[in-house]
Amino acid sequence: MTLGGVEIERAAGFVANDTPRIVTSRFGVDDSHTLVGYLATGGYEGIRAALKKRPDEVHSQITEATVLGRGGAGFPAGVKWGFMPKDVWPRYLVVNGDESEPGTYKDRLLMELDPHQLIEGCLIASYAVGLSQCFLYVRGEMAVAQERIATALNEAYEAGYVGRNILGTDFSLDIVLHWGAGAYVVGEETALIESLEGNRGMPRLKPPYFPAAIGLYGKPTIVNNVETLANLPWIATNGAEAYRAIGTESSPGTRMVAVSGHVKRPGVYEIINGTTTFRQLLFDDEYCGGMREGRTLKAFVPGGGSAPWFLPDQLDLPFEASQVGPAGSMLGSGAIMVMDDTTDIPKAAHSLTRFYAHESCGKCVPCREGGTWLERILGRIVDGHGTTRDLEMLIEVGETICPGDFPHAASERLGLEAQRFPYQMTTICFVGPSAFAPAHSALTLFPEEFRDRVREVSDDDPVATGVGAVPVELKGVGAQ
Amino acid sequence: MTPPNDTEASPTVSITINGAAVEANPGELLIDAAERHGVYIPRFCYHPRMNPVGMCRMCLVDVDTGRGPGLQPSCMISVSEGMTVDTESERTQRAQEGILELLLVNHPLDCPVCDKGGECPLQDQTVAYGPGESRFVEEKRHYEKPIPISDLVYLDRERCILCDRCTRFASEVAGDPLIHFIDRGNETQVNTFPDEPFSSYFSGNTVQICPVGALTAEPYRFKARPWDLAENESTAVVDSTGARVVLQSSRDELVRVLGVDSDAVNWSWLSDKERFTYEANRSEDRLTDPLVRSESGEFATARWSDAAAFAAEAFAVEPDRIGVIGGARLPVEGQFMWSSLLTGLGVNDVDPQIGDGLDLDLVRSLPRATIADAAAPGGVVVLLCGDLKEELPTLYLRLRHAAVEDGAALIELSARATGLARYAKAKLHPLPGSIDDVAGALAAGTLNEAVGGVDPADLAKVAELLGSGRPVTVVVGRTNLAEDAGLITRAAAALHELVPTAKFLPALRRGNINGAIETGLARGRSTTEILRDAAAGEIETLVLLGADPLADHPDRALVSSAFDMVENLVAVDTFKTASSARADVILPAATFGEVDGSFVNLERRISPLRAKVTAPGQGRADWMIAAELAVALDQDIDVASLDDVRAQLSAAVPAFADVDWNNMDRGGDGPLLGSSGATGPSLAEIAAATSVAVPAVDGYGLRLVVDRKLWDLGTMVQQSPSLAHLAADATLSLAPADFDALGVDQGSTVTLSGPGGETAELNVSASRDLPRGVAHIPFRASGFDVGTFLSASTAVVDVRVNAG
Repeated sequence: MTLGGVEIERAAGFVANDTPRIVTSRFGVDDSHTLVGYLATGGYEGIRAALKKRPDEVHSQITEATVLGRGGAGFPAGVKWGFMPKDVWPRYLVVNGDESEPGTYKDRLLMELDPHQLIEGCLIASYAVGLSQCFLYVRGEMAVAQERIATALNEAYEAGYVGRNILGTDFSLDIVLHWGAGAYVVGEETALIESLEGNRGMPRLKPPYFPAAIGLYGKPTIVNNVETLANLPWIATNGAEAYRAIGTESSPGTRMVAVSGHVKRPGVYEIINGTTTFRQLLFDDEYCGGMREGRTLKAFVPGGGSAPWFLPDQLDLPFEASQVGPAGSMLGSGAIMVMDDTTDIPKAAHSLTRFYAHESCGKCVPCREGGTWLERILGRIVDGHGTTRDLEMLIEVGETICPGDFPHAASERLGLEAQRFPYQMTTICFVGPSAFAPAHSALTLFPEEFRDRVREVSDDDPVATGVGAVPVELKGVGAQ
Repeated sequence: MTPPNDTEASPTVSITINGAAVEANPGELLIDAAERHGVYIPRFCYHPRMNPVGMCRMCLVDVDTGRGPGLQPSCMISVSEGMTVDTESERTQRAQEGILELLLVNHPLDCPVCDKGGECPLQDQTVAYGPGESRFVEEKRHYEKPIPISDLVYLDRERCILCDRCTRFASEVAGDPLIHFIDRGNETQVNTFPDEPFSSYFSGNTVQICPVGALTAEPYRFKARPWDLAENESTAVVDSTGARVVLQSSRDELVRVLGVDSDAVNWSWLSDKERFTYEANRSEDRLTDPLVRSESGEFATARWSDAAAFAAEAFAVEPDRIGVIGGARLPVEGQFMWSSLLTGLGVNDVDPQIGDGLDLDLVRSLPRATIADAAAPGGVVVLLCGDLKEELPTLYLRLRHAAVEDGAALIELSARATGLARYAKAKLHPLPGSIDDVAGALAAGTLNEAVGGVDPADLAKVAELLGSGRPVTVVVGRTNLAEDAGLITRAAAALHELVPTAKFLPALRRGNINGAIETGLARGRSTTEILRDAAAGEIETLVLLGADPLADHPDRALVSSAFDMVENLVAVDTFKTASSARADVILPAATFGEVDGSFVNLERRISPLRAKVTAPGQGRADWMIAAELAVALDQDIDVASLDDVRAQLSAAVPAFADVDWNNMDRGGDGPLLGSSGATGPSLAEIAAATSVAVPAVDGYGLRLVVDRKLWDLGTMVQQSPSLAHLAADATLSLAPADFDALGVDQGSTVTLSGPGGETAELNVSASRDLPRGVAHIPFRASGFDVGTFLSASTAVVDVRVNAG
């Protein structure tokens, strides 16, 4: 197959496996991104099936299937649609293709390798809730995805799958493509709506700006993730029952996970939701095939860069929100970042915190100022200029973003009990807490790696924070 | 923000704040409800006159709506039944400390040299709610220290805490979105677009609402420290809106004017003209002594008694050979004393308008609207007036808000598209001379044919809005100074006939013009008639009460010949103007900020003028000047104090009978005046008596449209050093089609020929604000006096424009 004009053996990041494939069934199929390829593999059957039903029946079917939102919050799509006020038009569907969470790249592959599946998902969702205008927002940096989606949409318009009187019915839908301009926060649905309206990508406060009630241009709006919508054609074709037969009662179907880091085969996998464990994903040959040769697992991030970290202690947890939350983290966007024993923990935390500090939109003070401050404190600790006072300040500054207990995993080694989700926050959206999360996890789960890096100061030390202090000799693991 | 008034639900919402049960209004924001009940929640970004953004997070408080307590921004959540709020919980206090520490992370501690130091919300709230010290030892954010973002405003981005107040004001309130956030995250800054200065008529408001010293205004920078300021509440007099202000002085000099939040009038906003023209008070050109022209023709300073005696001689002529022009600058008390003096002398011809206003019979007979009526949600407002953004900018803000936020429908019926055009539901721009025909067609329901160049489809749209049953307010003023005011009289009467329930807001621009009308300083011959009679030798003595007709009257030639003919010219003024410089005697008046008095705005709302500083030299209050002259003329006017004047006014003029003079603005806005009790001719009678002969359109010519700009060559603007250079250029503008027909480049010089053969060379530009067939030139603009082309004796002025 070709990707971006280059002949390659397989899509980047994709590794085949034997589990049921709902959204990745065409990955690895030649020309899966073209209309010809899509139609040859059962494409647009879902919308045909859906159009034979009444919209409310399709809506019930999706509600019954319980498609948990794949953007991070995990809220069931059908229920979300039901929040739209009745009889208010126009109403809009906005597809959140601004996948930017560090470590996450599943939506990109869905858009690159199976764009028609996403378009079909949009058709089904729009038909179910009775809307005729959809906006597809694709992250600015995803050049190939943009090209593929645009080409696919042109094909779909030409073939009559999108546009007026689709497949000879009364149902019409227009899809407008919009490329982002490169801001992480626009992955947050209200910031995405602001950006789509032409404003700065800054989140709106909920309440009152729940998109379902007051969304794009002040109208009821559904914002759904790419993967969420990509599930719909399969469900429309095979029924809710078939979907619910996979996975667990509370987390049915499959989900895509993107693994990166120190495993043998990082990549995107479609796994059974609710039952597959992190141990299976990271160590089974079917998936990642274990750590790099001769290395051991030190920690992993289970749900995107903003999720609190897990230790090997938590490997046997399944991909089930009701178990991961109490264990002190979240499944989030389905990105797993794996760190083996070579990892410099403070440096890893600094790297992630720097990302979120940089991506702050600048609206809420705690995130704008606190995020950058956290990054600077971590930076000097990593550089060997930190003091013990800096370690306390990391937590104190973090608490101005997230007052009270911040979730973290249990550690048998440290005798630490898990602190469960959720947490309090002083910011509108999760970018602020996300800057604190890696720092908090790293310091809580690996305190010795920080203590080894900083100079001991007493409270009455005039220079309790160590700017300009003499670097201490580095003893920590990974210190070079 | 008008809180939603939900009449069907229970009238109040019960909530608990810090253990006390209180009643809040449905839909009210928690931060407002708490403040009404004496609990102040600290805030930076929240401003009651703008939409909340929840940006600074300072107003986070512990809120429990049944799902357990948690921090919520009180500026973004509305009260709900049973809500429990703790603004003093440990969690709240820690959040407040945290936010303040973070705000100070990048805020320079240059308070000792910062203009805001001493009145700074960030400083005050840090003391009240903040941590004792900062733990931030890193280097702060750095930007170039203050950069000018307009001619009047400087921005220090290091001090900025990014609260979004100025930027929200610019886009939401002023409609001039010229400042904005740029960059992101920790690098976010407020700035203008490249090469686009923040040239808004309202830029000073951003300085007033800035919660730190990031925005400073040129006239006040480094002039005083807040703790040295003394202040007094007063009313702005630069136009007839009567915006409420606070005057602040240091060392007996006005140094700053701030807007006061008056619900009825200006909602705390001011135009830059209202805010900054106090500079003129301390201009070196202020008259400080009475001036009497000596035998040699030169002015010589004189003692008050001598000057008064000299001036009194000018009144020793037949009363009907005396004409008085002006009086709109004076406070109500001065107007009444002058009115009494003139009555005593038997003088019956005084006009506070300078030939650029409306028929005063019309103004008296109109059913009067308030600003709140005009700006009411869901109303229909007909703009039968000039450009309010230029002439009455604070009223412009209220009407803009009504259109943008409250669903009011604006209809423009004016010579050209004004600053409110982009918010208007319908626009009628008839050719000069036909505005009454257009209103007449609406009244008669003849909507099928074009009239005055107006498209029948637009007429029908307007008719539909006016007939929709929504309350109608007509803002009535001069839309074109080159056009006979009688046309507006007829148009207003037609609209009244069409919508008998319509109310009117007279957009007479000049300061206390409404006070003059109410106190009787407006009677007999009009200014134009007085000038005509003077030119004909029938007026011997001309008295100028703060009037400069040589510059302000549209007909330049008429004023010149009148001045040449009169025997005696007496001026009461604050400056030596083009007109007062030709007087035989000038009596120096004390003015805004220097005297106590009262002001009547365009709604007939009376509010106090209060003294803050002493007048320069021997300048006196106008009522004292009138009293001094009365003594010199042996008139029996028994007043020794302002209270005496007021008592006489209340006794003599029914409209002022119930004014509680010493408590006019207690509890907020001043009251509306009572009924004048006068019965004059009806609107229909006035219109029937008004006939205007409009010549047919000359196929070659263009019809002149002349109106005012906010920044012009007016005395107050020119005597304010920060504002003088802002005066608009006298550019000739044409509709794009007319411009194209001329075949010249934008900005090139063309020749304008007037009806009397006069010519002028002007720069020309195309403007989409104009209909075809007109030529627009601003009045009193820099570079060319269009008054030389205008004539009080023709209904319209036709001109020709030739390339080169």
